Amino acid sequence: MTATSAAQSRRPRLNIRQRQTLTAYTFLAVPLLFFLIVRLLPTLVAFRLSLFRYSILRPEQPFLGFANYLRLAQDETFHRALVNTGLYTLITVPVQIALGLLIALLLSRVRRFQGLLRALYFLPYVTPVVAAAWVWQWLFSPQFGPVNTFLVWLHIPPQNFLNSPAQALPVTAALVVWQNLGFQIVLFLAGLAGIPRSLYEAAELDGASAWQLFWGVTWPLLNPTVVFSVVTGTIASLQLFTQIVNLNFTDQGGPLGSTLSVAVYIYQLAFGRYEMGYASAMTVALFVIILLITLFQLRFLTRRFEY
Amino acid sequence: MTTPPILQPPAPATPITRILLYLFLFIGAALTLFPFAWMLLTSLKPFAELFDLGFFPHAPTTANYSQVLGQTAYLRWFLNSLLVAGLTTLSVLFFDALVGYTLAKFEFPGKQLIFLVILATLMIPTEMLIIPWYVGVVKLKLTLTDPGAYFSVMFPGLMSAFGVFLMRQFFETLPNDLLEAARIDGLSEFQIFRKVAMPLVRPALASLAIFTFLGNYNAFLWPLIVIQNSDLRTLPLGVALFSGEAGTQWGLIMAASSLAVIPVLIVFAVFQKQIIEGIVLTGMKG
Repeated sequence: MTATSAAQSRRPRLNIRQRQTLTAYTFLAVPLLFFLIVRLLPTLVAFRLSLFRYSILRPEQPFLGFANYLRLAQDETFHRALVNTGLYTLITVPVQIALGLLIALLLSRVRRFQGLLRALYFLPYVTPVVAAAWVWQWLFSPQFGPVNTFLVWLHIPPQNFLNSPAQALPVTAALVVWQNLGFQIVLFLAGLAGIPRSLYEAAELDGASAWQLFWGVTWPLLNPTVVFSVVTGTIASLQLFTQIVNLNFTDQGGPLGSTLSVAVYIYQLAFGRYEMGYASAMTVALFVIILLITLFQLRFLTRRFEY
Repeated sequence: MTTPPILQPPAPATPITRILLYLFLFIGAALTLFPFAWMLLTSLKPFAELFDLGFFPHAPTTANYSQVLGQTAYLRWFLNSLLVAGLTTLSVLFFDALVGYTLAKFEFPGKQLIFLVILATLMIPTEMLIIPWYVGVVKLKLTLTDPGAYFSVMFPGLMSAFGVFLMRQFFETLPNDLLEAARIDGLSEFQIFRKVAMPLVRPALASLAIFTFLGNYNAFLWPLIVIQNSDLRTLPLGVALFSGEAGTQWGLIMAASSLAVIPVLIVFAVFQKQIIEGIVLTGMKG
């Protein structure tokens, strides 16, 4: 191709490109403004507020530098909330994945009622968290709840559940698992359906047991689904709020701070005590934690398999 | 209306294992549904029966429901939730599809950067944004008028990065020839998007619509902070604050919870297929 013909054929193409660019930015103008003003700008504002003793109620907002972050390092309630949030994640994520995978494996083996059962397991996921939490309170009521009635029937002494600092967090985590389980089941059913059947047949010909089939074929090939579950489940549980607040409405995060999460503490500081600067510093810390954990999980959980 | 069963790996051979399998699955489902049953049965119990630990009400009554409906602005809360969730969903559908389409089907400088920036916003926790949102809403005095207050509840959800990601994946699978043909027919770029591309991704739009609607209908944290006028409460907020004041009147609390759950159950019964396919799609594309 000669230089002139190349230039000739390039000119109209450039025009198309310019037209495309113009159309694209016209279409994107409003959404870009939205993401800038409602997502990115507030993120920067939160960073900025974290450097001030900021309250919406006071006229003067003194600059503090990094004092709010130093306060974080010494705030025992924050440490408590961090530990609780870690516990929520360490309980809910593995349990909902293990149970979800187990039920999905069993469901994938039945022919009749599969759709019905899947729908029944899925119901809690679409239920408003607020309503679910109030029902949970009543189920686990120390004096009148059916769970204690059942325990007494089994000759086990009734428990204090949400009134007990030792039991309130696991009971809260159980609510989260109950609500998320159906989502995990549907996800794993789809993941299982994506595994080529020929792989199982080949392994069976080699004389593999069911146990070997699971760890040799199913588990590695489900890796993308597991990673998706772990990452999204972790991000959600690190921000746990609505369940905790509604399970103990008069003493949110109680009893004795035993269910307090970072998100609930942020809410109390920012909108109960109007310490918005300090609360912002805490949100920055939460952001960094979520970012680091997500990157870590993506780095170490993702495996590439050739088959 | 159920999707065909997924048959992987092979079904069990012996009848005994099959019976055990069904037994386990149905017991699990019964346990999962127990809280719903307990909620409905309690809501039908008169106050005197609440604490006698029986499962079924001896003298079922709808008194709790009439009391909740009479004492609260339930209908108003329900309509508020419908309005907020409905408008938010329309906005998300339109804009997320538009952005997803543009990122999938146009070549222009800055495309990768814009996509990455929108995706990165998924990592920002809501907690970090609500304090600046609240300060902004107060400074602009948005909560002083009803339209301003409704806008305050809705604006954070008017577009979603997740939806952009989802729609982009779907538009990428559309053949370019179709769009070219429409261009030759003389349709404007917006008409091509609206009349040619949008109808072809209807399943993805349906899933996105249901998830956005449910998410906003059930939203709690931001409405709790920004709604001051009790008439403007959304349903979850109304139910939570009502239940918080009801003390030990569990019949009332369970009636209010049932009233919050029932509309969602109806939506689920109707759209079960799209909801479940939506998860399958996002899980696969994610």
